[in-house]
Amino acid sequence: MAYIPIADQTDEMHDPHSFITKYVWSQDHKVIAIQYGGIAIAVGLIALGLSVLMRLQLGYPEDFAFIDPADYYQFVTMHGMIMVVYLLTALFLGGFGNYLIPLQIGARDMVFPFMNMLSVWVYLLSVIILLASFFVSGGPTGAGWTLYPPQSITGGTPGADMGIVLMLASLAVFIVAFTMGGLNYVTTVLQARTRGMTLMRMPLSVWGIFVATVLGLFAFPALFVAAIMMTFDNLLGTSFFLPAMVSLGETLDHSGGSPVLFQHLFWFFGHPEVYIVALPAFGLVSDVLSCHARKNIFGYRMMVWAIIAIGGLSFIVWAHHMYVSGMNPYFGFFFAFTTLIIAVPTAIKVYNWVLTLWEGNIRLTVPMLFACGFIFTFIHGGLTGIFLGNVTVDLPLSDTYFVIAHFHMVMGVSPVLVLYAALYHWFPKMSGRMFNVTLGKIHFWATFFGTYAIYLPMHYLGIMGLPRRYYAMGTTEFLPDSAQALNANITLAAIWVALFQMVFIVNIIWSTFKGKKADPNPWEATSLEWFTPDNPPKHGNWGHELPTVYRWAYEYSVPGVKADFVPQNMAPEDVVMEDPNAKYVGHDG
Amino acid sequence: MSLFKSIFDKPWDYQGEDPSLKGKELAEGMHPKRIALRMFLAVVFVLFMLFIIAYFIRMDLDDWRPMPEPGLLWVNTGMLVICSIFMQWTRGAAQKNMSQQVKWGMLAAGIFTLAFIFGQLSAWEELNNAGFYLSSNPANSFFYVLTGLHGLHILGGLWVWTRSTFKVWSGIEIKAVKLSVELCAVYWHYLLLVWLVLFGLLSYT
Repeated sequence: MAYIPIADQTDEMHDPHSFITKYVWSQDHKVIAIQYGGIAIAVGLIALGLSVLMRLQLGYPEDFAFIDPADYYQFVTMHGMIMVVYLLTALFLGGFGNYLIPLQIGARDMVFPFMNMLSVWVYLLSVIILLASFFVSGGPTGAGWTLYPPQSITGGTPGADMGIVLMLASLAVFIVAFTMGGLNYVTTVLQARTRGMTLMRMPLSVWGIFVATVLGLFAFPALFVAAIMMTFDNLLGTSFFLPAMVSLGETLDHSGGSPVLFQHLFWFFGHPEVYIVALPAFGLVSDVLSCHARKNIFGYRMMVWAIIAIGGLSFIVWAHHMYVSGMNPYFGFFFAFTTLIIAVPTAIKVYNWVLTLWEGNIRLTVPMLFACGFIFTFIHGGLTGIFLGNVTVDLPLSDTYFVIAHFHMVMGVSPVLVLYAALYHWFPKMSGRMFNVTLGKIHFWATFFGTYAIYLPMHYLGIMGLPRRYYAMGTTEFLPDSAQALNANITLAAIWVALFQMVFIVNIIWSTFKGKKADPNPWEATSLEWFTPDNPPKHGNWGHELPTVYRWAYEYSVPGVKADFVPQNMAPEDVVMEDPNAKYVGHDG
Repeated sequence: MSLFKSIFDKPWDYQGEDPSLKGKELAEGMHPKRIALRMFLAVVFVLFMLFIIAYFIRMDLDDWRPMPEPGLLWVNTGMLVICSIFMQWTRGAAQKNMSQQVKWGMLAAGIFTLAFIFGQLSAWEELNNAGFYLSSNPANSFFYVLTGLHGLHILGGLWVWTRSTFKVWSGIEIKAVKLSVELCAVYWHYLLLVWLVLFGLLSYT
């Protein structure tokens, strides 16, 4: 280690000077965060494009001859995998985790800067391997993002020759990258907090990212195990997952394997993965809501406990993804029970967000709009989750558009709205410049209404029985023609939403170079990252002396205090009171 | 656990710098590398535990034919035990700043580790020559995958070992490598433990 991250540094700072060490092989957590974010957003745009292609096919099944069924399944698979793993996981933990953890806990950097740098480059490698599968013979895998065997590695499935191999390799490499990053985040939170920064004074963003990282460290091995075993089945002829079967008229050499074993392994990773994405979102949105409502977060301790409880519970609900695979009814009962229990801590969080807004002094800034939008979409997606958590309701709905609507609301739109809230909120810190507010508001309203126009109708289509995973619906007795008309409208809404995301891209690029210089603390927030000596913060973050923390990060609108916020690092004697004779005691006084 | 206790703090109650954190510095027992290694070992635990669970599930299916373990594995187990003993001895020597002992201890541990790896490869070859191929039965597949994965973890450890041993032999002060030696020892003990569990599992099923 070049320096101990929590110590004051009295000698001169050694900023890297050359372009290469500053921006390419950088060990600065902020540069690494932006590298993570840039790669994730770039690959996310590809996934966005794929979703538009899928929607074109679904909305106008006759009109797009260049999309054949194999293409369609490849689009679906790559869209799902990229969005869940390579965009959301990487952007929340690699991006915001890297940027915010050291700044919000008052550290100079991550505790292992070299390993941190390695993490982002290995992540880039995994993305390259993934994208390479577009260019191999047979194209990328079209097995669906769950990659269920036997179909994912047997003939007839698109990409069964090279596509699936590259997908599994890319996932394994991603897991290595994540583990390097994750060990860093956990150790940094535990070991590099500055003076006075107790665990329960950490902003909820750090709590969410911290617990999500722990989940990731323990959940990704399941995917790793499944990927290794499937690679062996595919390339070396073992029979971990593959039963005896006839494929395309040929008897395969495999025998006796258990496809359901794969499903258990996959979902033992897959369900915590939902919370790996959701918990950082919960944390970030709590900070944004509290700051822009000028009110302390309602029930801070409950918020922390709920994050921990949700994290723990997320490991014992996985088989609710497998109700239709068939299982012992008692298992079904157990998993339905644990699944519905998760609604309790989750509801606590939702109530606390709403109660934070109650009688707040709400400033409807762009990040606040996105954060409020999140509350809507998350409640919406969460409620349909209660439907699907019950075995008997899940069985008829499982293979319909209802499920698509549910998980896109709860873990597609909701975390993405938080990502936007967070990107707009911290953009002035990352770039030192302000974004264009008008463009930001246009972006919000177009996205918010647009996504509702996409997913709300899907619930009705699903209840009507419209099956998911179909390349084209054709004609059925139970679906009226109006269903297809609705489908076409959804496609138009999807194109609309996709186009308006470009407003964001343009806004960010333009503002990074031409935006108005931002105030160091434009939102009048309390947490440490807004009080760095430079804006944007330089290498080492804090100059010579680390900040000292005196209180939690939610000291807004304290009675008797002149300003409506008290920074975490302001000494009690420096707080200016309205009445010069009064003594500052905080909320309790 | 203090971590558990601290989540009951009421952060809005107490204003001011936490006296228990006054001038907090990295205490020896709390070095980040120690925490990171423990965390990593927990991840490795989950990895092998999932494999073992998969092993039991797959074992219950009809086509499972138990595989004989070559006697060579007992020899290899002995090698790994010797590695651990050397590592522990070296760790003690590093505590007492005895540079000669650390030099030779590290080297000996490494040599026996390499012997273990070659022993495992010979066991593979022996099995392969006897017709127990990777894909002929799930029991064989698990044997090769589990031993292979364990071997890869050992190789990963050898990378750190190489760096530390190189430093020791280049005459660096023992104080500077004390932590690396200690972490190597912990990692080796852990992999010995994993191997004993795997060996027991493979032998008795």
